[in-house]
Amino acid sequence: MKHKLSIITGKPGRADVYQQYTGRKKVILLLLSLLTFVLAVFAVNAGAIDFNPYQVLMTILGQGSSVSHVVIWNIRLPRVLAGIIAGAGLSVAGCVMQNNLRNPLASPSTLGIANAAAFGANMAIIVFEAGSIQSTSADAVVINNPYMVAASAFIWSMAATLAILMLAKLKGFSPEAMVLAGVAIGSLFSAGTIIVQYFAQDVKVAAVVFWTFGDLGRASWKEVIIMAGLIGLALGYFMVRRWDYNALDSGEETAKGLGVNVERVRLGGMFVSSLITAVAVSFLGIIGFIGLVGPQIMRRIIGGDHRFLIPASALMGALLLLVSDTMARTIITPVVLPVGAITSFLGAPLFLYLLARGQQKR
Amino acid sequence: MILSVQGLKFRYPSRPVFENIDFSVMKGDCLAVLGTNGAGKSTLLKCLNRILQPQSGVVCILEEEVFKLKLTELAQRVGYVAQKHESPRNTVFDAVLLGRKPYIKWDVTDRDLEVTNQVLKLLELEEYSLRYLDELSGGELQKVVIARALAQEPDLLLFDEPTSNLDLKNQLEVINLIKKVVKRQGIAAIVTMHDLNLALRFADKFLLLKNGTVFAAGGIEVITPENIERVYSLPVTIEKYRDIPVVIPL
Repeated sequence: MKHKLSIITGKPGRADVYQQYTGRKKVILLLLSLLTFVLAVFAVNAGAIDFNPYQVLMTILGQGSSVSHVVIWNIRLPRVLAGIIAGAGLSVAGCVMQNNLRNPLASPSTLGIANAAAFGANMAIIVFEAGSIQSTSADAVVINNPYMVAASAFIWSMAATLAILMLAKLKGFSPEAMVLAGVAIGSLFSAGTIIVQYFAQDVKVAAVVFWTFGDLGRASWKEVIIMAGLIGLALGYFMVRRWDYNALDSGEETAKGLGVNVERVRLGGMFVSSLITAVAVSFLGIIGFIGLVGPQIMRRIIGGDHRFLIPASALMGALLLLVSDTMARTIITPVVLPVGAITSFLGAPLFLYLLARGQQKR
Repeated sequence: MILSVQGLKFRYPSRPVFENIDFSVMKGDCLAVLGTNGAGKSTLLKCLNRILQPQSGVVCILEEEVFKLKLTELAQRVGYVAQKHESPRNTVFDAVLLGRKPYIKWDVTDRDLEVTNQVLKLLELEEYSLRYLDELSGGELQKVVIARALAQEPDLLLFDEPTSNLDLKNQLEVINLIKKVVKRQGIAAIVTMHDLNLALRFADKFLLLKNGTVFAAGGIEVITPENIERVYSLPVTIEKYRDIPVVIPL
């Protein structure tokens, strides 16, 4: 280790002030975590059957009644956890994509993943008969074979991602070219979806439209565990790379000058964020906007330092999806509104407010 | 010797840029790379620290071949200040701390913070440390990116047109700062420049590029009216004002 600069001596300077400054960011992270936890407890309470927080706690500890056990363990807890995990995953994927593609509009759907997943679901439901219609008071449409739909959505969305990443690697695509390729791939899959739907029976189209709405209720413990594992690993990977992302924010050449292998970091980041997006979308359907707005909200509150921005984006995404889903379930019980719409209703005004405030400050 | 370059050749798929580039840089040297637009000055800098991959040639930093080093090892030896910068929503301290990237394993150490502090002090940026980058002037921002390169504790600094967007006062301030740091730390700097008179105030060595190769290299003796005329295709005279040579186009 070289110590060339140590010849300049002096009293301790600004590092302590800086540590106060980063300390404030840690406090924000802590507050967000607490808020997520409190809202999670509230979300488990809320619904057609009312519990109080004490009952919820006792049930989670295995001391509740049989009704509360079924409702909380089998229905509400997986749903709430799915919201937290998928929200965190989508938002953090958006955060990394915005950095990697040097584009504030990038989101998990940028590479055409949502369109590809929707196409996959269409193929499964319409062509391979994985869906049917059934009339009950709660849900008008039931998908017979959700695993086949999820698998098909996942396979097609990863195919779209890999096509773009291969092109980027072989042809040395710039970030702009990757975004444009995503738009092209996305419209290709939309066109495919239209053709498939055009020749389908209307009941099947109803089933597939229902699928695209996005619904956290589709998650059972199995889905929750798979998502938690993958998104947890992805978060770990992103945190390892956080300094590379900071360097990328200062420009590609500066990052290279700092010893960052820009191409490898970008391909890795895009692959991992696409993977977690594909998993979330395949299990839950399309939940838009969180991946765009979650990281943008936190960029304005906590700044662009990925040491803090990555966990903060994850927490904001979790919070947004949790609040949206709880509202979707409780506004007009027992009807459950599509959560994807609620996220936009909540997220868009909040984001507009932050944008307006940011402009004023300058 | 800090840097030696032998037989360096680079071409873009559509056009050759330069070949047979040989030169070396010693401790304490401030080398100005001169030449017309498109002569390959910036490309040459980028080939020295692997931002671009030259087709052939050997670049050694402190006797070690650049292309055999790991990227982080290279970044511990060579600091690069690009021509264009982006200013994310970060503070000056964050930006300078980023210069410690090649050393950071998982998190910043006390030493990283200490070096950042010292660099801020050296460049008189302490007062600015918690200011946001997008609220700085061009001159201040240029100092910050120089500070970031210094935080890498490099043996060699590369600057691509460090003065191109600055006013006269800031131009002189920045080149004097680079010179002071190079002499004081016993390192070396290579700077691409368009302003010949600024180069004459700053550099003690010169590398003149023309027609894709080295036209002349050496100390102040290579800056003759004849050489300048042939490199820039423009007749000039060189006068001395208070011992500083001044190039005047005719």
